[in-house]
Amino acid sequence: MISIVDLGIVRDVEWQDDEPVITVTPTYCGCPATEVIMADIGRALTEAGFARHRVEIRLAPAWTTDWITAGARARLAEFGIAPPGAGSVATARVIDTSALHRRIVRAPVRCPRCGSAHTRELSRFGSTPCKAQYRCEHCLEPFDYFKPH
Amino acid sequence: MSTDRQLFDYLLRLADNDLVMAQRLGEWVGHGPVLEEDIALTNVGLDLLGQARLWFAYAGEVEARFAAAGRSEDALAFSRDGGEFRNLLLVEQPNGGYADTMARQFYFDVWHQLLLVKLKHSRDARIAEIAAKAEKEVVYHAERSADWIIRLGDGTAESHARMQTAIDDLWMYTGEMFDPDETETVLAEEGIGCDVRTLAPAWREAVGNVLSEATLTVPGGTWMQRGGKNGIHTEHLGHMLATMQWMQRTYPGAEW
Repeated sequence: MISIVDLGIVRDVEWQDDEPVITVTPTYCGCPATEVIMADIGRALTEAGFARHRVEIRLAPAWTTDWITAGARARLAEFGIAPPGAGSVATARVIDTSALHRRIVRAPVRCPRCGSAHTRELSRFGSTPCKAQYRCEHCLEPFDYFKPH
Repeated sequence: MSTDRQLFDYLLRLADNDLVMAQRLGEWVGHGPVLEEDIALTNVGLDLLGQARLWFAYAGEVEARFAAAGRSEDALAFSRDGGEFRNLLLVEQPNGGYADTMARQFYFDVWHQLLLVKLKHSRDARIAEIAAKAEKEVVYHAERSADWIIRLGDGTAESHARMQTAIDDLWMYTGEMFDPDETETVLAEEGIGCDVRTLAPAWREAVGNVLSEATLTVPGGTWMQRGGKNGIHTEHLGHMLATMQWMQRTYPGAEW
């Protein structure tokens, strides 16, 4: 189990005038899970007896995989999803499009199953906006990689 | 001094580029050449749709400052006619073959990324935060589309020829990206919008580098088609909107 707090989606929890206010940030702009997550938070608060509550969205600073806790990274790997490498997309890649045709070499993504670094990207986009599709060339299993963002 | 009406117009341009491109990419659902590409196309479309929603939401708030009421995201997306759309002509061009889709995406992605990098520093805090969020996603879009230009351009004789044709065919729609009108000029002067003319050198360099790597030739044409940001569109937009909007037009106010 990985919580939305572990993923860095919950940015703030505070009381404002007798009312709990939960602030969340979307992972990706179009992630359909954002609305589900907000609805779930609201339901959990209602069930816990907080009929009055607010769930708000905050865009800045933009969510980054750097906010995913160490424990959550380990549990992602246990679940079969390779955790994101260090360094968010903004800090890992200087915005210089003249380098577009020269891919910046990234640290190898390790297979969450056998640990091999001999893996290959099948597609930069996967089953959810935050994941890429990889395959391990050692154990031949496909796996998801949580993209650094 | 810019007006709220101009800001609204500017936000619509940002939103419409994303929305129209997202709709075009959505047309590929179930038709991608391989499963991974089907997923990638729709992921990119989803990112753009999410970005469009953020721009539309803000546009609606700005509209409420000068109109009786600000329109909702849905009203802006589904209840405006073609002449009210403010997107670039490039993004409304039909999908064609895969080379056409990727050429369109590549020209747009590189420009989009450069634009968002600038808008991250907008004096309008809301524009700045949306741009910062969107730019992280667009980095991935630009990398992927550049990969495909190289792969198809530097591929077989057939893929090379098709890629070159697509790059040539869409070239006349790229000039508009760097051609500001009064709205953009006023907002750029105030540090709210971006002076798109300043994006041209970096765009040309990036596009040139990728095309060179792809063994493709940079088109030399200088005559450019324009009109999108003022609502003068190609014949393709109306057909696209007819498909995109029919549900809300037929059953106004229908909810999911």
